[in-house]
Formats: sequence, C-alpha cells, structure tokens
Amino acid sequence: MTFEVIMAGFGGQGLLFSGKVLAHAALIEGKELSWLPSYGPEMRGGTCNCSVIVSDDPVGSPIIANPNVLMVMNEPSLDKFESSVAPGGTVFVDSSLISRKVERTDINAVYIPATQMAKDMNAHSLANMIILGAIVKKLGCVSADIVEQALRETISARKADLLDLNLKAVAMGMKFIEEQA
Amino acid sequence: MAEKVLMKGNEAIAEAAIRCGCRHYFGYPITPQTEIAAYMSKRMPKIGGTFLQAESEIAAINMVYGAASTGRRTMTSSSSPGISLKAEGISYLAGADLPALIVNIQRGGPGLGGIQPSQSDYFFMTRGPGHGDFHIIVLAPATVQEMADMTRLAFELGEKYRMPAMLLADGTMGQMMEPVVLPEESNDLDSIAAAKPWAATGTGMKRPHNIINSLYLKPDELEKTNIERFERYAKLEKEECRWEEYLMDDAEICVVSVGITARVSKNAIVAARKEGIKVGMIRPITLYPFPKEPLAKAAARVKSFLTVELNMGQMNEDVKLAINCSKKVAMCNRVGGMIPGADEVLAAIRKEAR
Repeated sequence: MTFEVIMAGFGGQGLLFSGKVLAHAALIEGKELSWLPSYGPEMRGGTCNCSVIVSDDPVGSPIIANPNVLMVMNEPSLDKFESSVAPGGTVFVDSSLISRKVERTDINAVYIPATQMAKDMNAHSLANMIILGAIVKKLGCVSADIVEQALRETISARKADLLDLNLKAVAMGMKFIEEQA
Repeated sequence: MAEKVLMKGNEAIAEAAIRCGCRHYFGYPITPQTEIAAYMSKRMPKIGGTFLQAESEIAAINMVYGAASTGRRTMTSSSSPGISLKAEGISYLAGADLPALIVNIQRGGPGLGGIQPSQSDYFFMTRGPGHGDFHIIVLAPATVQEMADMTRLAFELGEKYRMPAMLLADGTMGQMMEPVVLPEESNDLDSIAAAKPWAATGTGMKRPHNIINSLYLKPDELEKTNIERFERYAKLEKEECRWEEYLMDDAEICVVSVGITARVSKNAIVAARKEGIKVGMIRPITLYPFPKEPLAKAAARVKSFLTVELNMGQMNEDVKLAINCSKKVAMCNRVGGMIPGADEVLAAIRKEAR
C-alpha cells in the first residue's frame, strides 16, 4: 500500500511539521518514504504545502500528481487540490476554516473542526496535529502508537515544552474519528 | 546496519562533509541551498571547525582556495547565480590543481531567474565553470542517500585527481527529506592532510617550498601544465565514469535523465512497462566524466533515446555526442522551475514507442 499525502494550507499552520511527524513515524516503522516541501516566498502568509509518500516499496518520484490523502487547512488549497485527488482517496477538511463541502462524489471527505477544537483546548496552533491524528486513525498509514515516538523525536528542543500539548492534540484527532465510527 | 535518519538533501550533504573530515566551510546564503550553510553554522563551532559567512560568493570561493592550499578538506555551496560569481575562483582552483568540494543546488535562470528547481547549469558545470581550459568533477545525485555518499566520493576523487569536485543537484533534491545512512566518521584528519605532499603547510626548514599558484607567464610552462592536466582528465574519463542502468536489458527506448527528473522518469517507465512498452533508463551519475560508453553500447540495440531534463536540451547534446548521432535522441523537458509530471514523460515515451 502506498499513501500519497498532500498537506496544504497557509504558511504558519504547521503543515510542514505535521508532514515531518508522519514521515518520521514511517521511518521508525521501517517503511519507504519521502517528504517534499513547497519552498519559496509563498510560505510567508501565502499558501504552503508538503507532499509525503509512505510506502512498502521504494519511492520513485517524491512529487505527487494524484494524492490519495489530502489534508486542507484553507479554502484555496481545497480549490487547488480537490480535482487532483485519486478516485477513492480521502480529503481531511478543517471545517472551522473551510465553509464549503467537497464537491466530488468519488472521493471520501472527513470534516473536522480542528481549529475550533484546538482553540477549545487552548492550543491555538495545533489544529495540524489534530488532523494528523485523524488521518493516522482513519487510514492506518502508520500505527497510531508510533506517532507519539515520532513526535517526541521530531519536536525541536526550543518547543519541547509543547510536547504534551502536541500529543494531546494528536489524541483528540484520533478520538474524533473513533466517535464518528 | 547503520541507523537511518531523516534528513533534507542539503543537510545530508553538510553532515556527510563533516563526517568525511571537512572542517572548513565558507558560504553565502541563497535559496534553495541555504540549509547547508545553516547546518554548518550550528555544527562547525562545536567540533573546532570553521564556519564563515563571507561577504560574497566570490570571497567564499577564494577562502576555499586558501584552506584547500593547506591540504585540508574544505567546501562551499551555493545555487546557480552564486555559482556564476564563484566561476573566477573555480578557475583559479583548477589552475592551481586544488581539490575542494563545491555544491550547486540549481534554480531556474538565467540571471536571477527564480528559486524553483532547475538543471539549467548543466553546460556551465560540465564544460568547466570559468575561463581557461579545464574541467571539474561533476556528480549528480538522485536520492538523499546519494547526496551523502557522493559527498565522500567528491572529496576522494577530487584529491585523487587534484581537481575541484562538484555535487550538482536541483532544488528538489536539496529540499526533500528521505531516510539516509550517513557515512562513518573519519577521525584521522591529519593523515588525510598528510597524503597531500603538495600542500602549503610550512617546510619546517626540511623541504623545498610548495608553491600554490595558477600564474605562469612563460607560455611553454603554461602549455605543459595544461597538457599534464588533460592527461589527468583522460585517466578520470577512463576510470571514474559512473551510471545506473534501470530495466535496460530488453529496452528499445532508453530514457536518459538525472536528479529529480530521473525519479519522475522511473515512475513513467514503470507505467509504460505495464502498457507493454520496452523502455529503460541510463542515469548518468558522473556528468563529467560523462558515461559515454554505456550510451554508445545501448545505441547498438535501442530504437531511440529520450532525455528528460529541466533545461532546453543541454544533456541531450551530450547523448548525441556519446552515440555519434547514430540514433534519434528525443527530449521531454520543462524549464523555469517547472517539473514534468510522470504523465508528461509517459506521453513522450509512448510517442517514441509508436
């Protein structure tokens, strides 16, 4: 199984970081992977995204044309990437920030009010980790218990005091999916 | 087995260089290679090395000249416009027969161009980036693992042939992360330096002076240095060509590509094989010396070649030269920071299969 994940939104929402945590979890599991960021001036306040491939087989191109997992944290990103999602793929929408629904009927949509949930738990910038938790729980691209280790090993020393809050956010996202089921 | 870590291509080059005994880094920031300088700025002070952000790219390459003259492993890194600025210094390094590592993480040009990935410095690097008759060794990694491994290779080949060596990659390769096993630490920096009897390390009044210089005012002397240098290049061309062959055994179409486009091409080749098209790839790993022999051998059995590149057809010419224009050499290219999708490459392969 190959997961081709695009995480997209505004710069500052932590999309590159959530992608890094997913990539690191795949590394711990001994899977093949690649992580590719968008880079350039568009990262400051503009749109930003990263592409993560997690696979049992060696990764060819790190560039994803048709993601089977899409995480979007602003409307321009949903507009930009919706049409490219592979049929049968899953879109994770931060419904606190995106009012519209996914239009295509041949893909799955999961709506999570992640930014609101993050505010409620006093963790404003951790909506990204809530959605990451949801992705992992829903799709099993890496095992849920490895995410904690990945997060522990990825978080910078400067932000180490935020580890527990990050872990809580991931758990919230997982719980959200459990309750939906 | 050694531990795999997750690193950006740029960071893997920097850490690999340190582990290979490089203790002197001189640079100037420019996207998309700045992570190399940033990494060095954090690590070098902790291990007794030198990190110096120079006032310009030109200053940085001349600092490399100085450090390399002492026989120590030294490097600089930049991206395309910065390499243009370094060209004078690279020519001086070549003229003084100094080994040093230069990293070029290419972006679109000409001029300031853009900051997205490109392979448009191909001619500039492979023909000798600077004035005068010379070459530098040019290595083209296509994975983060190769970026680490080729850092060591660049130091070793550069020292063996006494010439500057370059890692030439596109912005994607510098920015992406993949699992990588880093090279083992070389602790014996003194013996690396001692293997260079030409180095200017002080005579201790025990030997004649070593003079590092690229100025020869007597034409017959200058001619001799040029001829001797090209004898070394001939040996390099004979012994050090590296390439990867992928599904070439029964191939009727041979894709030729490097770096990120080689990876996109692999996806396209897998898809084309599913359609029954017999296509493979020769991926040059050394761009100078260019692996002419495997291409010439392939020319005897394939129907056509297809270069996939991020420029207007620069490597395409080298393939034509390597096979003496004996077969068609088609091209699939994007420029300016655009990268062809696997679907575009697949369409180009289908066209050749018709």
